[in-house]
Amino acid sequence: MNKFSITQYLLIFFVLALGFTYALPNLYPTQPSIQVAYTDSGKSADQVLLNDLKQILNDTQVDYEDLFLRDNKIVVKFSSLDNQLESKTILQNALLDKVIIALNLEPTTPAWLKDIGGKPVKLGLDLSGGVHFLLEVDIETAQQGRLELLLDSYRKTFKEERLKVESSSINDLKLNFIFNDRDSYNKALSKYRLDSPGVSGLQYIITERPSANTLLLEYSDVALREIRDYAVGQNLITLRNRVNELGVSEPIVQRQGSNRIVVQLPGVQDPTAAKKIIGKTANLEFRLEANSRTSPLRKEKFNFKDNDYSTAFLEKAVVVSGDRVTNANTGFDESGLSQVNITLDMQGGRAMQKATSGNIGRRLGVLFVEQKNKSELVIDENGNSVIEQTSYIEKNIISLATVQAVLGTSFRITGVGSPQEASELALLLRAGALAAPMKFVEERTVGPSLGKENIELGMKSIMMGLAMVVIFMTIYYRVFGIAANISLLINLVLITGIMSLLGATLTLPGIAGIVLTVGMAVDANVLIFARIREELKEKDPQTAIRDGFSRAFITIFDANVTTLIAALILYVIGTGPVKGFAITLSIGIVTSMFTAIMCTRAMVNLIYGNKNIKELKI
Amino acid sequence: MDIRFQFMKYRKIAGLISIFLFSISILSLTFRGLSLGLDFSGGTLIEVAYESPVELESIRNTLIDNGYEDSQVVNFGTNLDVLIKVADQNGNSSIGESVYSLLTEQGFKGELKRVEFVGPQVGAELRDQGGLGMLVALFMILMYVAFRFQYKFALGAVTALGHDVVIILGLFSIFGWDFDLTVLAALLAVIGYSLNDTIVVSDRIRENFRTQREMQPKNMIDLSLNQTLGRTVVTSLTTLLVLFALFIFGGEMIKGFSLALILGVLVGTYSSIYVVANMLMSLTLTQDDLAIPEPEGADFEELP
Repeated sequence: MNKFSITQYLLIFFVLALGFTYALPNLYPTQPSIQVAYTDSGKSADQVLLNDLKQILNDTQVDYEDLFLRDNKIVVKFSSLDNQLESKTILQNALLDKVIIALNLEPTTPAWLKDIGGKPVKLGLDLSGGVHFLLEVDIETAQQGRLELLLDSYRKTFKEERLKVESSSINDLKLNFIFNDRDSYNKALSKYRLDSPGVSGLQYIITERPSANTLLLEYSDVALREIRDYAVGQNLITLRNRVNELGVSEPIVQRQGSNRIVVQLPGVQDPTAAKKIIGKTANLEFRLEANSRTSPLRKEKFNFKDNDYSTAFLEKAVVVSGDRVTNANTGFDESGLSQVNITLDMQGGRAMQKATSGNIGRRLGVLFVEQKNKSELVIDENGNSVIEQTSYIEKNIISLATVQAVLGTSFRITGVGSPQEASELALLLRAGALAAPMKFVEERTVGPSLGKENIELGMKSIMMGLAMVVIFMTIYYRVFGIAANISLLINLVLITGIMSLLGATLTLPGIAGIVLTVGMAVDANVLIFARIREELKEKDPQTAIRDGFSRAFITIFDANVTTLIAALILYVIGTGPVKGFAITLSIGIVTSMFTAIMCTRAMVNLIYGNKNIKELKI
Repeated sequence: MDIRFQFMKYRKIAGLISIFLFSISILSLTFRGLSLGLDFSGGTLIEVAYESPVELESIRNTLIDNGYEDSQVVNFGTNLDVLIKVADQNGNSSIGESVYSLLTEQGFKGELKRVEFVGPQVGAELRDQGGLGMLVALFMILMYVAFRFQYKFALGAVTALGHDVVIILGLFSIFGWDFDLTVLAALLAVIGYSLNDTIVVSDRIRENFRTQREMQPKNMIDLSLNQTLGRTVVTSLTTLLVLFALFIFGGEMIKGFSLALILGVLVGTYSSIYVVANMLMSLTLTQDDLAIPEPEGADFEELP
């Protein structure tokens, strides 16, 4: 009488098969590997690099298992950690600064599992070790910068249209124009109204004070959102470029909330170096080309970035640096040739105007400034040869163009070659620019040994907790207890499988969540068994089993829904590690309901279902 | 059916104990406050592992000499592990590096285990979010229980949750344990757990009120508590088993978390027996409260 239909068994079988399959990738060990990418982030790894690496490794007879191209990088897999380190040294020595080499541990998930989306659970930084930064983009400064540009352009416009401006200024992020007469005031007002409509809505909020002939202008919410999105998006691109320089195998650079950016660098052990590269500003310099009258003391020789053999002399004085660049994009000039449009902020514009006004016809150079690491083979005090890394600054010319007119906040560079070369130049210009300043508002660094320690402690807690619960349940509920224990183990596998499938991140509190689930998951079975015991007092075993399961169900459901509410809220308000706890807890609640009700029932049915039992030991 | 333990006989004493613990907690929270962890207070934390035991006093002096007056130096787990906490200095994010280089100058040999910096505004946000999240959780649970059961149960459930949360916070305040994000997470898990218990008890009370119509409310509640007692004890026991495993083997970083949960399970088990039932008794739950409403229009069907 207590029998499941064939569909119910199939459903259970299907869920278990799915859970086990996706939990499987976690059983495969990781394999030491290195990822090789060109130092120049604009260049993606290619067959040439692949052949080079093969050649070098074959020549030095280092064993490697596999070498292939993947996502702009070349991945080399090794059978041992020694080989991995040895070949990193060899390759770095051979190729020096041409490439960035990152150490990594590749999952060895078999191809068939990979094809169906199988992958091991991602580890949070508290388990893998690494650095987590939270940066905040200063939107107010971006807004102030925009307003300064706007002020400048209206000053110009009003002057051209002969409006009588008494004074103009920016106060509290508002543009403030005071006019001498009503006529000028009216003309300015209609000009504002004409300019205000944008693609997404009105850009300005205009406050009119006709009695004082004063107009106040501030950005509307729509415009502010655009400024913010642009600034954050731009800084995101810049940060990605900078992070690439660090040679981290799986970096994360993501926007968080309205004006923050999360940077996570698993495996990075030196937060100071990472911070220096991420937090650096200006890495572009605009300088005039030195001419015959420039004294040798005031000029410097630089190489061109794309051509090692040509050089040029630039003046030592920097006209404008990269942090003044607010935008750069490509376009076409009158004759249909590519050009790069550059926008500077107010201060940059003024400096550019001053520098170019007496120098039309001279050439203006753009220097790209990079912080680089040089690897050198040195002999240490013990006579071993080791690679020593020193960082240095390298400056190369990315553009040298003739000044055609006095330049201001926006100007263009023409004659930049093909559209692709133009967009590369624009990218480089933007890469050096932060649309708005950023500051570190959170930093968490976990050393690699602490990560490993956390994993060990976490696993030990799960094992010990599990062992105690399993022993207790077996003694207390006998056969039913064993069924509950098997459900508990299935539950752990399902949690692992779902986490792997969803790509959820496992953290130390996440492990704690799993431990807690182990303790609480048996609750559903305890409820059912307690109920069966009660029912047994007045009913025969088969009816007692049936009623025990069905009556306990509603209670289990209500109790779990409320815990789920708490877990979901935790997910929404929590950050990082705590989110990990909310994830494992939520998944655990759902899977435990399935295993405790369906799986335990299936086992009980298989054991007692068809038998005529007189006495039930529970 | 026999009633082995007459829980409701002691309800007045239990009520007094609850009120006492609750008041002490409120007093301590008001006057002593919580010792906020880095997540909420903002500041910098550095954990280093020395190769040989070190005098904490000398580290303290070095820090004070270099302008970090508002700092704490303690051992973390073993006497080789040292945890240094420096209070926030206007959001300065490079204190970690400065302190580390100070230690190195002082002759530190060992390993830098972790550095954490939380800016003041992030700390304040986490604080606000945490408090808000707690309130939202309580409110949503109140709604769910009111919808599934009845408002008297909902009031009982939320009183029990408030009781548990305040007493655990109170204990953290009285003993000066660090209150950080993981403890907050544990507190929310306690809400879930305690509610689990409460619902199981409430569910049985509801069922008995509907089936055992001739019993006194007091006996009815005692009967329900006795019926669910076995389950309550077993579940608390298994949960406590794993939590002790976590507390003992889980390492220092998770100690506060497991401690909060252990306390939560104990207080939560107690409150699901006494606080909820006490509330229901005080609100004089009657059978009418739980009558299944007859479908409207049922009377009319018999009309010709």
